[in-house]
Amino acid sequence: MMLIHCPHCGPRAQEEFTYERTRDSVVQLDQAPDVAMAALYSRTNPRGEENEIWRHTLGCRGWLELRRDRMSHAIVAVRPLGVQVLP
Amino acid sequence: MNGETVQFTFDGKRYTARAGQTLAAALLDNGVAVVARSFKYHRPRGIMAAGVEEPSALVTVGEGGRAEPNTRATDVFVYQGLVARSQNAWPSLAFDVGAVNGLVARLIPSGFYYKTFFGPPKRWMVYERFIRKAAGLGPAPQQADPDAFDHRAAFCDLLVVGAGPAGLAAALGAVQARQRVVLVEQDRLAGGALLREDLRIDGAAGAEWAQDAVARIVAGGGRVLLRATATGYWDGNLVSVVERLAEPGQAPSRADAPVQRLWKVRAGRVILATGAIERPLAFGGNDRPGVMLAQAVRHYVRRHGVVPGRRAVVATSNDDGYRTAFALADAGAQVVAVLDSRAAPAGPLAEQARARFAVLADARPIDTRVRGKRLCAVIAQVGGSEQRFAADLLAMSGGFTPVAHLHKQAGGDLAWDAATQAFVPGAARQAQASIGAAAGGHDLAAILAQGWQAGGGDARMFAVDDPLGMGTPAEAATVPDTIRGKAFVDFQNDVSLGDIDLAWREGYRSVEHLKRYTTLGMGTDQGKTGNMAALGRLAQAQGVDIPQAGLTTFRPPYTPTTLGVFAGAAVRDHAGPVRKLRLHAEHDRQGAAWQPVGYWFRPRSYPQVGESLGEASLREARMVRQSAGIVDVSTLATFEVAGPDAAALLEMACATAIGRLAVGRGRYTVMLREDGMVMDDGTAWRLDEQRYLLTSSTGGADRMAQHLSWLRNVMAPQLKASVVNVQEHYGAVALAGPRAAAVLAGLTGAAAPAHMHCAQGQIAGIDVLLLAASYSGERAFEVYAPGHHMPALWQALHRAVVAAGGGAYGLDAMDHLRVEKGHVVIGAEVDGRVTAADIGLGGMLRKQGGFVGWQALQRPVLATAAGRRHLVGLTVLDGQALPEGAMLVLREGEEPLGHVTTAAPRVAGEGWIGLALLTDGASRHGQELLAWSATRGATVRVRVGDPVFYDRQGARYRD
Amino acid sequence: MPLTHGVVTGTASHFPAKSRYSALALLRGALGGHRHWGRAWRAAEPKPSYDVVIIGGGAHGLATAYYLASQHGIRRVAVVEKGWIGGGNTGRNTTIVRSNYRQAPLQRLLEHSLRLWEGLSDELNYNVMFSPRGALFLGHSDADMTRLAERGDSLRAMGIDAELMSVDAVRRLVPLLDFSRAARWPIAGGLIQHRGGTARHDAVAWGYARAADNLGVDIIENCEVIGFTREGDAVTGIETTRGRIAAGKVAICVAGNSGHVAGLAGVRLPIESHTLQAYVTEPVKPMIDTVIMSQSLHCYISQSDKGGIVAGGDPDGFPSYAQRGQPVRLEHAIAQAIALVPALSRLRMVRCWSGVTDMSFDGSPIIGDLPLRNLHLNGGWCYGGFKATPGSGHLYAYHLATGQPHPIAAPFDLARFAQGRTIDEAGVGPMPQHR
Repeated sequence: MMLIHCPHCGPRAQEEFTYERTRDSVVQLDQAPDVAMAALYSRTNPRGEENEIWRHTLGCRGWLELRRDRMSHAIVAVRPLGVQVLP
Repeated sequence: MNGETVQFTFDGKRYTARAGQTLAAALLDNGVAVVARSFKYHRPRGIMAAGVEEPSALVTVGEGGRAEPNTRATDVFVYQGLVARSQNAWPSLAFDVGAVNGLVARLIPSGFYYKTFFGPPKRWMVYERFIRKAAGLGPAPQQADPDAFDHRAAFCDLLVVGAGPAGLAAALGAVQARQRVVLVEQDRLAGGALLREDLRIDGAAGAEWAQDAVARIVAGGGRVLLRATATGYWDGNLVSVVERLAEPGQAPSRADAPVQRLWKVRAGRVILATGAIERPLAFGGNDRPGVMLAQAVRHYVRRHGVVPGRRAVVATSNDDGYRTAFALADAGAQVVAVLDSRAAPAGPLAEQARARFAVLADARPIDTRVRGKRLCAVIAQVGGSEQRFAADLLAMSGGFTPVAHLHKQAGGDLAWDAATQAFVPGAARQAQASIGAAAGGHDLAAILAQGWQAGGGDARMFAVDDPLGMGTPAEAATVPDTIRGKAFVDFQNDVSLGDIDLAWREGYRSVEHLKRYTTLGMGTDQGKTGNMAALGRLAQAQGVDIPQAGLTTFRPPYTPTTLGVFAGAAVRDHAGPVRKLRLHAEHDRQGAAWQPVGYWFRPRSYPQVGESLGEASLREARMVRQSAGIVDVSTLATFEVAGPDAAALLEMACATAIGRLAVGRGRYTVMLREDGMVMDDGTAWRLDEQRYLLTSSTGGADRMAQHLSWLRNVMAPQLKASVVNVQEHYGAVALAGPRAAAVLAGLTGAAAPAHMHCAQGQIAGIDVLLLAASYSGERAFEVYAPGHHMPALWQALHRAVVAAGGGAYGLDAMDHLRVEKGHVVIGAEVDGRVTAADIGLGGMLRKQGGFVGWQALQRPVLATAAGRRHLVGLTVLDGQALPEGAMLVLREGEEPLGHVTTAAPRVAGEGWIGLALLTDGASRHGQELLAWSATRGATVRVRVGDPVFYDRQGARYRD
Repeated sequence: MPLTHGVVTGTASHFPAKSRYSALALLRGALGGHRHWGRAWRAAEPKPSYDVVIIGGGAHGLATAYYLASQHGIRRVAVVEKGWIGGGNTGRNTTIVRSNYRQAPLQRLLEHSLRLWEGLSDELNYNVMFSPRGALFLGHSDADMTRLAERGDSLRAMGIDAELMSVDAVRRLVPLLDFSRAARWPIAGGLIQHRGGTARHDAVAWGYARAADNLGVDIIENCEVIGFTREGDAVTGIETTRGRIAAGKVAICVAGNSGHVAGLAGVRLPIESHTLQAYVTEPVKPMIDTVIMSQSLHCYISQSDKGGIVAGGDPDGFPSYAQRGQPVRLEHAIAQAIALVPALSRLRMVRCWSGVTDMSFDGSPIIGDLPLRNLHLNGGWCYGGFKATPGSGHLYAYHLATGQPHPIAAPFDLARFAQGRTIDEAGVGPMPQHR
């Protein structure tokens, strides 16, 4: 089972996380309809690395962006997304 | 071995075993030669191996719900009262009618079933019935498991799999290097190969050295799990280990103690010291009882004190086989001959053997003879001639296959070692290494040193005293030219060399096709013994080396694993969570009939004595129409959204206007998915200038929580707004009916808020939030209070409504009421495929967009109403009950135009009504259709109309 | 719309007598040591050009080739396969065949397929062991039963068999289910499609391969597509690890890898590749005689002819091509199977495996044209492609041969996403991980 290093919680098992979508398929509400639908309904789906948005749903519930290899499941990079807690 | 004995039965006959013996050892000790029948030809089979690789000796162990079919007799330690039965034989093991398959073997080669049994599928099913009965091995279990299984997690710096010499040395080295170590071993004793050899390490006998090593590892802080098999190697260096706390079929030590435990070990590093499995030789009749693997013979002699035959032939392709000849001779058996397939066997083992036995070079068995069902003679080819040896035991060794299963599961590569004709672990993908025999090693001193270093220990050597001396690396056997009869490679599935050749001729030449066509390696032993011989034959046919012929995938689990241990505690009433309302006990006291809603259990109705569920719900609904009722709505999703940008955030989620909502007011709203379909509905309330409450459906609560978090954090992190899920914080009761306002005023001492207004109040000393919203069509309020106050609040409300002539009502009554009002429900009318316009809410959407889903609605098919399904009301015309879910058709037998999404009896009136999604429904008002339920044999005439049946003007909401 | 168009169930008359399979031929084989059997399909070498090149030697691709040759007389056809035929999802599914869907376009598609299944062994002269032992959905509450009745009613209205079953009827059919009232998911009844059941997955690939090969189709294994050749916006052929092959039409049929292969042509699809796991237990004597599915639990159970219990559950929920599952999903699926059939607890899993599923963004397949001329797609089958195999091949062949979508396949075009005509059986929207 993949081990995902949550920037808030440290290394945790994949079962605590849920996959949301790829970074490039996020639909902005001010996008023109055809642009939005293209983002929603097409994916590069590479046999390799992709930028993905995940959530630590059964943990801190924070959102993360992973760069992850879809062949090897290696996680190349993780960064937090969204509202950051102030220092 | 101590002198204790235990009693067990096999096929009803009582036997005695010595403590510590496996069932296989005990059966051999008691002279039981035939223990099983093979899968296809029902050939009598004995015990071939001594470990988990045993392909043939499968028995059912245990009784009732503890019975474990297909248990390898080599992998169960005898306990007092063990009950074992043979399988796949009828009427008995000795005389099995199924053996007729062997006589017609020529008619049923590999894949015969693909070539015959044609005709309509029903005819195949007739044949199939017989095939299914003949197939299968053990009896099907019939009872629930009485025992418990559990899961545990472990974390360590180093996990060592296998407590043979390599694994023990590795764990010792790691303990010395102060690492957190977990060592797992599938056997109940540590030692591995040391348990069958006569040699000394650092002055101690091998088995004692192993015992001492375990003690030192534990003393050094390591954890040693015996009878624990590493079954799966997953991503992130996670290894699943199944620990047997009871033997198959054995009752647990305490009634509630688990019988097996699944460890999930997350390791910094993994060392695989999983050993190697001996290969059988391929020759005619190599499956006869009395033909065994050479190391297995040595294992029974040395570890269990059982000599499996009195006159033995040893057939080997390598030096290791000689060790078995010595072990047999030392134990008093007569070694008739050692057949060595090599042209000129040399080295210390062969030299010593020549002094004691007839050692024949260039010699190999080609056929066997039986007396009764047991081996009585071996026919061998020696050089160019044939010889016959009378023998009741044939110990064979065709080389060794390193156990690389876990290495492969972890994503590692295999490399081909031509010297030993074996695949050995190559590059690893995860933080793991293979050592010892699993890595192709054979020299004990070298293996110990390798293990110690791999574990992280300083340089040191182990003193090994092996009186026989080391042999050369094992050489694999080649397939002889002369084969008589069936030479099996997969003993369990009865796959012979002939089957491999047939598959090749028919073009099933990829190793995966070969496997699937012949069922090679697909038995419960997963091809541990036979796969390499088959690969050799395939490579021979292709004229290539084995690596070019390919290799099948190694799939978890390494050894067959009970489903129960995978499930762990998540069975019976723990199979799924149960969410109980805070008012569960209150509802129970009032006689609630329960309705599962997702994981929740909610009151469906409160039937009185002698009342059906339908009667109860109609009574309750009419009570609400006439006086007042209360219903528990605590499961509704509830979110508090606060901050300067709270309205802006809500307007992303909600497709209706929120921004202009005045403080103290609320509004019905819908939320869309990005594909434009309605996701959920609810109400939005402005509690304060910068604070809103959003409610939405029970079933969509988790989805909505995720959605709002997504919008807040990823889509609009710049907004100054917070979203808090307060569903667990609050409980809520809806109070509805013409007397609801008066009841509420009486309880709070203040005028009830007007429809779609909200207010604070106090009931029975509890601070409450009052939302004046109506689902039933009557004047109604949702009363929110902190969850721990719910029982007191419910009791106060209940007393008051009862005094007003009302009472509690459940989900069914709520449904009847809302159908009459034409209100939709998520999951019924809103089925994930409707737009707001489809359900008559199109006018509510903000024209300028800016909410989730607006772009999708611009797509041509969604922008027009024509051809889409619309929400309509149905009135039954012929006095029948309306079947919910029925199809709407013009005539029976036609394709449906739509379906009844909800049906309900009229509350304010008689007869049945319903809501429906109907193609072009908006233009069909007034049309008569049939509601046709073919599965329930009901056809009902209905008229299509407006979905609102009751108080269309909403007069009853207002005071 | 009628359910089937132009389905001709053949009788394998195209096989010459000497290579036809029959009981008599087996007897002849027994006398001759089975030396007379020829190769089921040739190991074809790629020719420079074909009328149609099908990418993907799974059962869908092989079926497409077979129907092109048998129904449309197009025999200059190659099927190129990167590994061994039937090695992808064809050989990894749980072999369930049924047509009891809820949405009309899917009902038509799967029923078309089911009718082809019913004559398939004879048509191919290869016993694919299609066993209509019944596909049973279990209901666990009155609400479940209403939804099952709705499904059944809609099927019956479409002329597809469905029978609502009482608890007692379910008990007679599958006595080992947990019928206790205290069960976490008590059994309230069921809906059965008697014509549904299972088939032998590998045999489907082999049977189509043998029949297509017999009609002249070249099946080229160990030949991976690494690119496309183009002239303007038209595709003219493929680049493979065994060289360039020109083609009048190129038909992608690689479910699991559709995104990757279409990506080689620069086309992005509403498809993401996810993982689905399944497992099989050691064989035991017959204990479950039908296919069991649950309305509330995501779990499906059947028993193979060999005796193993074959089961699966939910997809892993994130994109992957690794064919390697996450253990928790497996454990969850097993716990649910034991919740339904408690006697499964002491059976032992002998293997588990994973397939790469082509998760489309409405849960339905995509059959039709791609934005490049002469390039076509059959994919997006999510986790339900096996049952569709004959229908999928038949309809795709029709499309390739005529240039027009077959009426049954027409709703499944790629343009539906841009136009808002999605076919969302589960009603869960565009995110594949929610299916």
